[in-house]
Order: sequence, then C-alpha cells, then structure tokens
Amino acid sequence: MPAELAPGEGLLGRAQRLRRIGAALTGWGLSLPAALLMLVMILIPTLSAAILALTDYQLGARSIRFVGGANFAAMWEDRVFWQAFANTLIYTALTVPVSVGLGLGAALLIEADPLGRTTFRTIYFLPVTALLVAMATVWEFILHPQLGLVNVALAQIGVTGPDWLADPDWVLPSLGFIFVWQQTGYNMILFLAGLKGIPSELYHAARVDGADRGIERFAMVTWPGLAATTLFVTVITTLYSFRVFDTVAALTQGGPSNASNVLLYNIYREGFVYLRTGYASAMTLVFLALILAVAMVQMRGRRGGGA
Amino acid sequence: MSGAHRLGRTARIARLVVLCLGAAVMLAPFVWGLAASFKPAAEIWSGSLRLIPQTFHGWENYSAALSRAPFGRFLLNGLIVCAGILLFQLIFAIPCAYALSKHRFAGRTVIFGAVLVGLLIPVHVTAIPLYLGFARLGLLDSYAALIAPFTISVFGIFLFRQFFAAIPDDLIAAARVDGFSEWAIIWRVVVPASWPAITAFAIFSVTSHWNDLFWPFIVIQSTELAPPALGVVYFRRDESGVDFGPMMAATVIVTAPLVLAFLLAQRRFIDGITLSGVKG
Repeated sequence: MPAELAPGEGLLGRAQRLRRIGAALTGWGLSLPAALLMLVMILIPTLSAAILALTDYQLGARSIRFVGGANFAAMWEDRVFWQAFANTLIYTALTVPVSVGLGLGAALLIEADPLGRTTFRTIYFLPVTALLVAMATVWEFILHPQLGLVNVALAQIGVTGPDWLADPDWVLPSLGFIFVWQQTGYNMILFLAGLKGIPSELYHAARVDGADRGIERFAMVTWPGLAATTLFVTVITTLYSFRVFDTVAALTQGGPSNASNVLLYNIYREGFVYLRTGYASAMTLVFLALILAVAMVQMRGRRGGGA
Repeated sequence: MSGAHRLGRTARIARLVVLCLGAAVMLAPFVWGLAASFKPAAEIWSGSLRLIPQTFHGWENYSAALSRAPFGRFLLNGLIVCAGILLFQLIFAIPCAYALSKHRFAGRTVIFGAVLVGLLIPVHVTAIPLYLGFARLGLLDSYAALIAPFTISVFGIFLFRQFFAAIPDDLIAAARVDGFSEWAIIWRVVVPASWPAITAFAIFSVTSHWNDLFWPFIVIQSTELAPPALGVVYFRRDESGVDFGPMMAATVIVTAPLVLAFLLAQRRFIDGITLSGVKG
C-alpha cells in the first residue's frame, strides 16, 4: 500500500537530505575561513582596484569622484608610463631568452656527465636562495664605474667600461643581468626535472634509428621531450621578469631619468609617492592584463601541445 | 638522461671548463662581497683585484654595520613575519584543501574557482586597496600589516588539494569508524601523511616572504619593524653608498641565514623553492 510505503521513503529521503546537508555543512565549515580570507584579501581588493581605477581618488583625500576612463586616457598621454611599460617589456625581452637558454644549457651540461653534478647544481642554485636586495648591493659594488671588479678587469685589457647603473643605455641590461644571474639556477632545476621525465627508451630508439651524434639525439628526443617544460619555464620567467621591482627600488629608483623605470616601480611611485591612488590603480590593471595575457598563452600552448 | 652516450675526453673537458666559468659568475658576488666585508676602506677603494685582504678589517666592518642599523632586529622581524605567515597559511589552507579533495558539497566548485582565480593575482594588484584598508583600520606600520595579506595562500590550497587527493579514502573512512572527528582526521591522519608537501610548501613560503620587498616597502615606516630586505634598503639609504666595507658586512649578515639553511638541506630547499614551478 502506497500509504504505508510513503513514510519509509520519506524517512530515507530525509536521511539522505540530512546527510547531504551535513556534508555541505562540514565542507563549508572546513573551507569557510579560507573562503572568507580569499574574499577579503584577494577578490574584493582586486575588484576595488578595478573600481578605484575609474575614480580620481588621491591618497588621504576626502572626496572621490567617478571619472570613467579618464585615468586610462591620461595614461595614454603619459610619457613616463609608456617608458615604464616599454622598459618592462624590453627588460623581459632581454632576460627571458637568456635565462631560459642558460638554464637549459646548464641543465644539459650538468646531466651530460656525472662528474661534479651535485656540486654544480648547488652552485648554480645558490643565487636563488640569496636575498636579492642584498646581492644587488654586492653587484652594484662589482659594477662600480671606477673600482668595481668588472671595470677594473676591463681596464687591464684596455677597455673603459661604462658606468653600468648610471648610463641610460646600460642600466636595463645591467639590472637584467642581475635577474639572469638569479633566475638561471631556478630554470636549470626545472629543466633537470624535465630531463628526468624523458624515458631512456626514447634515446635507445633514436640510436637504433641512426641518431649517433649528440646534436641529433637532442633534436630528435631531448628538445621535443622538453617542449612542455620549456613553455612552462618561459612563462614562469616572463611572469617573474614583469615583477621586477627590488633591484630598481634599491639600486636606481627608476633612474637615470626613467631609463630603468618599470611598471611596478611606476605604480609604487604614482600610488605612494605622488599619492595618485586612482591613477596608480589603473596602471595596476594594465599590469594584471599583462599577467593574464601570458597565462592565456600558457593555457593555449598546453592545449595545443597536448602537454 | 641515462640513455645518453658517454662523453668523449674532449667533450668532458669542455663541459668542465664551461660549467666552471658559469660557476665563477654565480659565485662571484658571494666571494667578492664576503672578501670586501673583511677589507678596510683603503683597500676597497684601491681598485685592486686581490681577493684576500692585506689588513684584516672584518671586526670593524661588522661592528660598524651592526651599530648603524639593527640587523639583529631585521632578522628577528623576518623570523616573526615568516613564522606568522606560515602558521596562518597552514591553519587556513589545510582544512580547505582537505574539504576540496575529500568532500563533495554544494559550493565546492565555487571555492575551487576562487582558488584558481586567486592563483593569477599577485599582491602587486591588490596592494593599493589592501593599503587603504589597513590605513582605515589604523594597522599600517605593524606586524599585522606585514602578515595579514598573506595568511591565505591559494597556492597552498591548490598544492595541498592535489597532494591530499592521493591519500586513500579507506584510510579516512577507517579513521571515521574509529570515531575521529573531521578536525582530528585532518591533523592526525592527513597532515602526518603529507609531510613532504608541507615541508616543501613551508620552505617555499618562508623564502618568498623573507625576500619580499614590495609589500613591506609600502606598509612599513619604522626601522624597528623592517624585515631583512627592507632593512637593507634603509641601511643603503642612510649610508648613501660610500662605505662599502660595512655595507658588504651587512649583506653577509642578511644573506647568510637562508644560504646556510639551503646548504644544510639542499634537496628540500630545491623542492620547496621550485614548488611554484610545479605544473598544475
């Protein structure tokens, strides 16, 4: 009889519903603190930055006015912003290929023979663990125009080295060099991990196919095998190079005459020195757009490469 | 690359030469900075390429650095901030990651979606609104301002979720039968099974915040609250870059702790620091 069955079904259904509610409660109970913090520390601030970018807010001001795209229009006309933007991209174009290439080269050389493998790995990784502003100070000393190791050594072979950190043509490459010095070991470790993932049977197969020379094995097995790693290392390195700030803040303060001004340093200066909060927020969005563009390249690359 | 050919004699020598040249560049600032921290100003300014100081001036340089800026305090601040950040990150990220990997509940995808979005947003983007918020609360220039924005690590949640997913469900079911609460399961079953991930994350977190300059640069005004990276910037500002001996001594003091820790626990450090490079 349906009338007798119904209560049983209802009970079962209720128990199931209760269990589902219970599961939701435990799930939410465990993740609620983290979810709230994500909201308060990441999502709301990001939205706020987007809203501030549409206002004329100045740090400490009592009034705030909605100005629409005026900050972006001002940015379009702002030579200092464009210089910082261009400098960031130049810095990235200088540092990423070099540090990815050197990282790959170091990994291949280190793996090629057991002699000194751990020692070299340790030495190359050492810069990654060093406090960047402190080591930048040492580099500044080494790059000192008259007394630095580099120019003194150059003088001995009759070359007059430039004032590396004060010459508008040399300051970005010099800061980029410090970045490469620190990033190469990091990339090397990622490439070493990538190399370990290439099955050794592939090398045997390549040999059977007549790939006798090292360069042929590299072209047939190693390089395709590292495709996913290379894309990933390039993306990570690009993101890190966009974030260049420490060396600029410590060594050059964007100088000489904005030759080493970069996006983050410009945001810092507009937002916290000139107190143009709204304007700086708009620049923050440009910075975020750059990051998202790179992330998109990575996602597309992964899908395309099947990795 | 165990399948690679053995190298010939010339190739082996060439490999060693190239790797040694690279190593010399990598080590140059460590060696040269350390050497300069033992030299008197006259020798530093003489422009000689000699590595070993002729007159040992280390004591004077280090005591000058320590007397002109509170480096002990900078290191202590670094320790307090890093420990505080790590503690909160673990307390918040672990239960969330456990819920995401071992519980099915309505809203799970929303939280995980927020984690994925959060992975794309660095602190540089949130810095201005966070600064305004801390200013409103009167919390600028405090340990709270240094720690609070990083108490949530979406990367930690992401990483732990992946790691926890590999823990067998039977283990957790058995613990439930034994009467463990979810909270007890997390700290007495899941966490002990996840030490490799937790240590790697801890090293990743500590090194990134020990080295962070951007956020402290913005929120800290007082010398007494500066973490190591900011301390170096303050010291540079006050010294105006003329006295290289004490400056090099200062860089040795702030760089030594992490470098020594790395040399003592290399494998763990490499795993931890390259963690941000682990593919998702």
